[in-house]
Amino acid sequence: MPQKEIYALPNIVSPANPVIFNPDICNGCNTCVEVCQIDVFMPNPEKGKPPVILHPDECWYGGCCVNDCPYPGAISFNWPVQQRAYWKDKATGKILRDSQ
Amino acid sequence: MTKWYDLLEKYGKPTPWPYPIRYDEEQEIETDVLIIGGGIAGCWAAISAARNGVKVALVEKADTIRSGSGGPGCDHWCVTPANPHSKVDPDDWAKRLVEHPVHAGQPPKGPVPLSYSNGIGTQIQCRENYDTLLEIEQMGGKIRDVDDEYPGAEGRYDDTKFMFSPRMSPNHATEVTIRVWGTTFKPALKKECQRLGVKIYDRVMVTSLLTEGGVQGAKVVGATGFNNRTGEFMVFKSKAAVLATAGNYSLWMLNTELAGYTTFPGSRTKTGDGMVMAWKAGAELTLMEQTGPHMIGTGHKHTWYGGAGDASYENIQLVDANGKKLPWPLQGWPDGGDMRPSPEGMEKIIKGIKDGTYALPFYGDFPAMPDIERRVTWKLMLGEESTTKNITNSYEKGGFNPAKHLLMNYNLIEGNSPAHWRMPGRGGPVVDWDLKSTLDGLYVAGEQMFAAGDHSFAASTGRYAGRKAAAYAMHTGESKISRDQVSLEKARIYAPINRSDGIDWKELHAGISRAMQYFCSAYKTELLLNMGLDALKEIEEIFVPRLYALDPHKLMRGIEDLSLLTYGQIILNASLARKASSQVLDFYRIDYPEIDPPEWNKFITVKLENNEVKTGELPLNYWGDMKANYEAQNKDYTGVYKR
Repeated sequence: MPQKEIYALPNIVSPANPVIFNPDICNGCNTCVEVCQIDVFMPNPEKGKPPVILHPDECWYGGCCVNDCPYPGAISFNWPVQQRAYWKDKATGKILRDSQ
Repeated sequence: MTKWYDLLEKYGKPTPWPYPIRYDEEQEIETDVLIIGGGIAGCWAAISAARNGVKVALVEKADTIRSGSGGPGCDHWCVTPANPHSKVDPDDWAKRLVEHPVHAGQPPKGPVPLSYSNGIGTQIQCRENYDTLLEIEQMGGKIRDVDDEYPGAEGRYDDTKFMFSPRMSPNHATEVTIRVWGTTFKPALKKECQRLGVKIYDRVMVTSLLTEGGVQGAKVVGATGFNNRTGEFMVFKSKAAVLATAGNYSLWMLNTELAGYTTFPGSRTKTGDGMVMAWKAGAELTLMEQTGPHMIGTGHKHTWYGGAGDASYENIQLVDANGKKLPWPLQGWPDGGDMRPSPEGMEKIIKGIKDGTYALPFYGDFPAMPDIERRVTWKLMLGEESTTKNITNSYEKGGFNPAKHLLMNYNLIEGNSPAHWRMPGRGGPVVDWDLKSTLDGLYVAGEQMFAAGDHSFAASTGRYAGRKAAAYAMHTGESKISRDQVSLEKARIYAPINRSDGIDWKELHAGISRAMQYFCSAYKTELLLNMGLDALKEIEEIFVPRLYALDPHKLMRGIEDLSLLTYGQIILNASLARKASSQVLDFYRIDYPEIDPPEWNKFITVKLENNEVKTGELPLNYWGDMKANYEAQNKDYTGVYKR
């Protein structure tokens, strides 16, 4: 078992992760913090680090944070499980889904 | 390390609020024209007022760079009959639109006896929409296929490189809807505001209008607001104001979480604040009783983006699970972008499902489309539409390839919106030919103007309201605000931060929504509607005084709840005033079952006078002769701005 401190936390609001940051690409420019209509993010207290997702439950999946990011790959969408769409391969008939 | 609880684990305590707290500070800003809301309508109003030579301040709840329903993008510049390829006359087209209700770009199906469209806004859109489009191009917006990505696409004109959508143009009969690269628009608008010296106040929520002497129904002389990051109080003093705020989407939604699932076809910020402040200031509102069923989220996001066969997909054949073609409109050139089968056609499809003729689920047959049309729909239309760029990107990242894959459609497997899930409609302030409300000094533009929630409507009416407000501001005297009115509003806004316990904004939101679900559903009676008013009054008197907010952001959400509460009261009062059912308004009174009785074919109005609700009425064509009145009011209109 991993040795990890267990804290007394309430349930985390769902979905908790509307986006995923790649800390290797994100340089903490905070463009996403500014373009978000909702103020889902706040700047990271540590300069140069990816922003912090503070209000994930308010995200409306508008997408400006991802679309306007000047560093491609620094931030990507992470659709809630129940929102992921289905499609079908015309040649094989196989049903597919965004399962990343 | 990107989630709030990661920081909690790292530091062992909550992170301090990231912005300075300034609850005790107040800024007073004086301007000629105040623009409330920095979405599409607000930016255009600001630009047009500034171009007319007055001082302009623009206040926006988010950041103007991408705020508003049209902030992320726009793919259709609808209702543009003055374009050079149009086959219809702008004035005739305006008349036709007003005489036939049109929803979501669908062409009218046969004669319809009446419409509740805003004739003034429609006439403005038909006359000035093309000029507005050319002006966004001047600012750097992309409106033509200048990069030659789509030669050969149906609807593309090689001389102008305009690309037309089939919407309302069956077999190219009209050519009134132009495809645009709308993701380029909002940053261009903000930049133009800045170039013209518009003072922009981002992250400020406007909370009330100030009236002369603090009197309800008097001239509007400014507004109050607060910064939703710092909590600083703001007082704006103006000679004229343009209300360009959004609609309201969450009034009936119990759950404030899982936003992509069911809650918001519009963003969380759309809580009807503008309508409520106009109401409290004494402006007359109309069509507030009109509501509609809620859209349920399917696939990525909400219904319209859920899968093929919905509003964001054109020229796609729907097929059943065995590949059999469905008698569903193509949403293409043959049917003028029609999205839904006729009621009889839908009945046949449902019967076919039950008797085994058609197998669920249905799919959009992207691979069967010609490559060029597939690219236009997938890349241009969906790639540029409001919030769909990240949806197509997500599909592609997940492995979807429109050349090989059929996109699942959720029609008839998603179920219908329950009777108690409604969405506020398109009601709003009554306006005259200057887009002035019934209050002096208050102009109105965009979505909240009892009209279609359409990008180009917002743009052209914003542009129009801005120049009218500027003209008024140039000829009106100095405004004087009432300090008493400011103090009362300040006390109302800050009350929740002086409590640390009680109920938070989410619980209050749910309480208001539940009252609306119970008492203002698809089934309405005098008794239920009155019970609704009592329920909201009880919430107002008992639970609102318990609302607390831990930081400026949650304070904003709490104040939005207060807007929702009042908005609900307006809808209930308007619903009580219309003692008849109406198919056009999707408004059904069980106690008045006759549908659209002729004596009720009129606008019902509501307003506050000395804080008492007064109802009234206006004829459906209260604007008179649209062409003649437009021309009489716009003799000085100079057309496209010369930069």
